[in-house]
Amino acid sequence: MNVDETNLPGLGRRKDFMTASGRRIGVVERREGQTELIISAWDDPDTCQASIPLNSEEAATLGNLLGGQHLTMKLTEEHKDVPGIVTRQFSITPDSPFQHQPMGKACIRTRCGVSIVAIMREGEVLPSPGPDVVLHTGDLLIAVGTQEGLDTAADILRNG
Amino acid sequence: MDPLALTLIELGAVVFCLGLLARLAGRIGMSPIPLYLLGGLAFGAGGIVELDGIKEFSHLAGEIGVILLLLMLGLEYTAAELFTGLRRSWQAGVLDLVLNFLPGVLLALFLGWGGVGAMVMGGVTYISSSGIAAKVITDLGRLGNRETPVVLSILVFEDLAMALYLPILTTILAGVSFLGGLTTVGVALAVVSLVLWVALRHGHRVSKAVHSENSEIFLLNVLGAALLVAGLASAMQVSAAVGAFMLGIAISGATAHNATRILEPLRDLFAAIFFVAFGLNTDPSSIPPVLGWALVLAVITAATKMATGIWAAKQVGIARPGRFRAGATLIARGEFSIVIAGLAVASGAVPGELAALATAYVLIMAVAGPLAARYVEPLAKAVPGKPGVAAAKA
Repeated sequence: MNVDETNLPGLGRRKDFMTASGRRIGVVERREGQTELIISAWDDPDTCQASIPLNSEEAATLGNLLGGQHLTMKLTEEHKDVPGIVTRQFSITPDSPFQHQPMGKACIRTRCGVSIVAIMREGEVLPSPGPDVVLHTGDLLIAVGTQEGLDTAADILRNG
Repeated sequence: MDPLALTLIELGAVVFCLGLLARLAGRIGMSPIPLYLLGGLAFGAGGIVELDGIKEFSHLAGEIGVILLLLMLGLEYTAAELFTGLRRSWQAGVLDLVLNFLPGVLLALFLGWGGVGAMVMGGVTYISSSGIAAKVITDLGRLGNRETPVVLSILVFEDLAMALYLPILTTILAGVSFLGGLTTVGVALAVVSLVLWVALRHGHRVSKAVHSENSEIFLLNVLGAALLVAGLASAMQVSAAVGAFMLGIAISGATAHNATRILEPLRDLFAAIFFVAFGLNTDPSSIPPVLGWALVLAVITAATKMATGIWAAKQVGIARPGRFRAGATLIARGEFSIVIAGLAVASGAVPGELAALATAYVLIMAVAGPLAARYVEPLAKAVPGKPGVAAAKA
């Protein structure tokens, strides 16, 4: 994918690309450090329909969501020949009982046979996380298992 | 009353009123510059109340305001940004210069203000307000728009043109001979090139020289250096403002960022006083006779800026609405038009009507510019004509 980088003298820098549907999407990094998500209008790719200021936590979360999507899609592609195996993503919300706890405490594999194959955190991937990895708000867990197993895992992560 | 007490009371009242005016401007979403000018008009010679006690202070404070305005302008850019901006936008920049310098020149000649007056008015109509334009772009959420870099690079070109124009102007205003003028212009060009070279190669050293972790020391360093450089430049017949601008360019990276943060409130205060000081020196009764000309000039130069923006945006393949947005964003004139008129008036080389015309012109353009930028889009879309992107897709 070709990302266009444009200097905005005195104001910052814009990084964007054109989607297949003909909309421009990207971010503006302001000099002062803020980030804005920009999405072009459908009828005029030169203008922005939305430019949404994001703080660093929000930007990281958005990055996780999109990155997780990418990873999930890839894993789904790889598992499509294995019937009954599904990939799904779970996010750790501020009210999750396991935030700031090591992942092993949830005993997900023991209780429902689901494997956490990766954690997306602040735009980075932690592959094959061990049981001692501490979970934080905004983490995105990529899990592989059966349909029922994943439902149970979701319940465990939400309610303990 | 004790003169000091009177001065303090007057100054306090004026600064407090400026605060109220700025709040009013913010409430209705416009630039505070025209209100500051009006404030100055009201309290100066021939105004509602004449405040004599603060003349001296406001004059010096206004000078510092100009230095800070240009220092901060220089801080905005790195030398590298200036060069890439220049490479990318020189054609649009030259068109902008020709189209917008000429109306001022022609009107000044027509009104019989001579070559000096023409040079001044050309500058007044040429330079867009980068302050207002940047604010409009941010406020309207157009940072991510594709025409925005076009607008910004034209502004960069103008700012760099100012660095050459101001020393030439100060020379002409000083009334030196043609040969002497040429020498000064030569010196100015050499100094400007030298500073750009230093900024590009040794910017980090300049930054290091003024940098300090302690914000008090840092503030004193930056401000002291700016006033020193400005004073030296002024002594060399290169305008003080240019000296400050060049220092701003030479300071780069994190130091420039910190300097901007630390100087911003000072700049806002002194620049506000600068506008007031300019208004103080203008007699409000001199404005009505030139108001008609100011309006004519406003209409013409709004059209020429539109044309500039439209042409420049078209060159990089922007569709029609974007072209109109680019043009309209450039319309606002403000701080630098007043800086130019202020230099001219202070030198006494131009007639008093020029200050009145410049004031009226900036009053109109600082209000009309942001309005035009805001409302040009629905207009451009409503005007039937060649199909834009939308129609082509439908």
